[in-house]
Amino acid sequence: MKINWRDVARHYLMVVAFCCVIAVLTTLIWPRRSYLVQFGYAMSVGTITWLVIEFGRYLVDERNCHRDSTGGHGWPKGWRGLVLTAAGIAAGFMLGDRLGDTLWGDGISPSPRDNGISLVITIAAGALASFFFHARGKAASLIAERNAAERDASEAKLKLLETQLEPHMLFNTLANLRVLIATDPTRAIAMLDRLNSYLRVTLSGSRVASHPLAAEFDRLGDYLELMSVRMGDRLRYTLELPAELRDVPVPPLLLQPLVENAIRHGLEPKVEGGEIVVRARRDGDVLTIEVRDTGVGLVDAPPSNGSGFGVAQVRERLTAAHGARGGLQLAPDAHSGTRAVVTFPVPA
Amino acid sequence: MTATALIAEDEPLLAQALKAELAQLWPELQIVATVGDGRKAVSEALRLLPDVLFFDIRMPGLDGLGAADEVADAWPVDQAPMPQLVFVTAYDEYAMRAFDAQAIDYVLKPVQPDRLRKTVQRLQQALASRAPAAEAAPDAAVLDQTLAQWRQLLAAAGGGAVVGAAPLTPTPAPLKLIAASDAVGTTVRMVPIDEVLYFEAADKYIRVLTADKEYLIRTPLKQLLTQLDAQVFWQVHRAIVVRATAIDAVHRDEAGKLHLDLRGRPGNESIPVSRLYAHLFRAM
Repeated sequence: MKINWRDVARHYLMVVAFCCVIAVLTTLIWPRRSYLVQFGYAMSVGTITWLVIEFGRYLVDERNCHRDSTGGHGWPKGWRGLVLTAAGIAAGFMLGDRLGDTLWGDGISPSPRDNGISLVITIAAGALASFFFHARGKAASLIAERNAAERDASEAKLKLLETQLEPHMLFNTLANLRVLIATDPTRAIAMLDRLNSYLRVTLSGSRVASHPLAAEFDRLGDYLELMSVRMGDRLRYTLELPAELRDVPVPPLLLQPLVENAIRHGLEPKVEGGEIVVRARRDGDVLTIEVRDTGVGLVDAPPSNGSGFGVAQVRERLTAAHGARGGLQLAPDAHSGTRAVVTFPVPA
Repeated sequence: MTATALIAEDEPLLAQALKAELAQLWPELQIVATVGDGRKAVSEALRLLPDVLFFDIRMPGLDGLGAADEVADAWPVDQAPMPQLVFVTAYDEYAMRAFDAQAIDYVLKPVQPDRLRKTVQRLQQALASRAPAAEAAPDAAVLDQTLAQWRQLLAAAGGGAVVGAAPLTPTPAPLKLIAASDAVGTTVRMVPIDEVLYFEAADKYIRVLTADKEYLIRTPLKQLLTQLDAQVFWQVHRAIVVRATAIDAVHRDEAGKLHLDLRGRPGNESIPVSRLYAHLFRAM
């Protein structure tokens, strides 16, 4: 059990402040006792109530407690919190009043009516203070939860960016560019323009919800052109997009991971290289986009294929945009290579 | 002094660029072959026996590390001295960090002329000192030195462990248990590390062998190596890690290759030792 003594001190300071206010109230009710004595009584009751609640919560199993802002042992959940509050108030009333009598008592025994009033005050004050601490604790744990969620989200975003901007691809592209600048400046400029638009979309891709399929194909073209400068005649590619499908909206870079996989797991390991075909077509109200490669195929891949980050990401985005009607199938292609098929509904 | 070199690089423009840079910095160097994949790198290196090998790490067919390993194993040391090895890579998370300080055997793409100049200087020195030494002591000392250099280089590039080399990353506590699937793949077995006699990498799996059983795990060997106690388990081959105390005998076959017999494993099962790790088994 780890007690955060700073928090304990802070809580007690708040209890003292609260007791000052209570003492003002009780002085108004029983003007015959001085404010200091009233404050003494309030402090006796308040301290005992606080001690029971502050340290009593450590008796409750941590699993049944909220987290505090630093993830430590917080306020007990549900009925346990209520029982603890009641116990604290009862102890405060029974022991605290007696302690007050011992310390500050003037020998005047209180009337039953006074006892009744002080019981009401203790319960009201205890309940109010507990509610205050409970609400504060809950807010702190909500903030802690939100911070953790934000951290997770930015980690996921970073991971996505890292996969899209794979350092190996980037540095190799730059290395090729460096060669072309000296040997073939015209091609170097063309390559730089491709890299430029590839980077622009990759870096801003997560900020727009969708772009036209024609733009998606253009970005695939940029990527494939960059890759074909690198791979030389080991990479051939075809992009087929019928004119009537050019304006269909798609999430930006939806197809990118599939083409990257086709190169990375299909063609790059293959000594003689091969061909990639990306083709879109409409069947009634369903749009089908096919990414085929003539690479080494799925045989060599670990049996868990299709659960990779890229593929999982495509599936997730399809589901987010089209629910159960969006889908992705991966299968070995007829002879060698892999075929990835994306389907989702389009309005007629 | 004319020296010969082989370039293995799968991206044609980059191969051409390296060739051009080398022509500037080392005009006497003769590039005897430029190949685009790991298999060809091995066969051409063994056919042409050049003095220097420039190997890209990521290549189709067989990667640069695998190709280097095969070259080391099959190099005919009685015909030509072991070549100098230089890795060329665009980005490598292991080597960039671990190796940057003295990494002149390691050239990053795009090639920086200053860096390449240092590499060239070191290569020239190594080749120059090799020539007279080879006359005096034909094999042993020079060969050992070159092999040690290759080992360091492969370990740095592959993230693997070499006995006696400082670990590249803070090592996690050695594994005590291995969660492996059995041959059928339906059950996960918890195999105490003390029962494991050796590990053998095969395709996408690692075979985990105890005295009488075999299990499979999916962790890459270089990752597994960081989790094993390097005093207890020795890497003896690119794909094999054995429990040192289980080694019973070391045999040398007619071709000069070493093989191990392990206590507790069938006698006819002999485990190959690659040349790079043969120094572990020299008689005391």
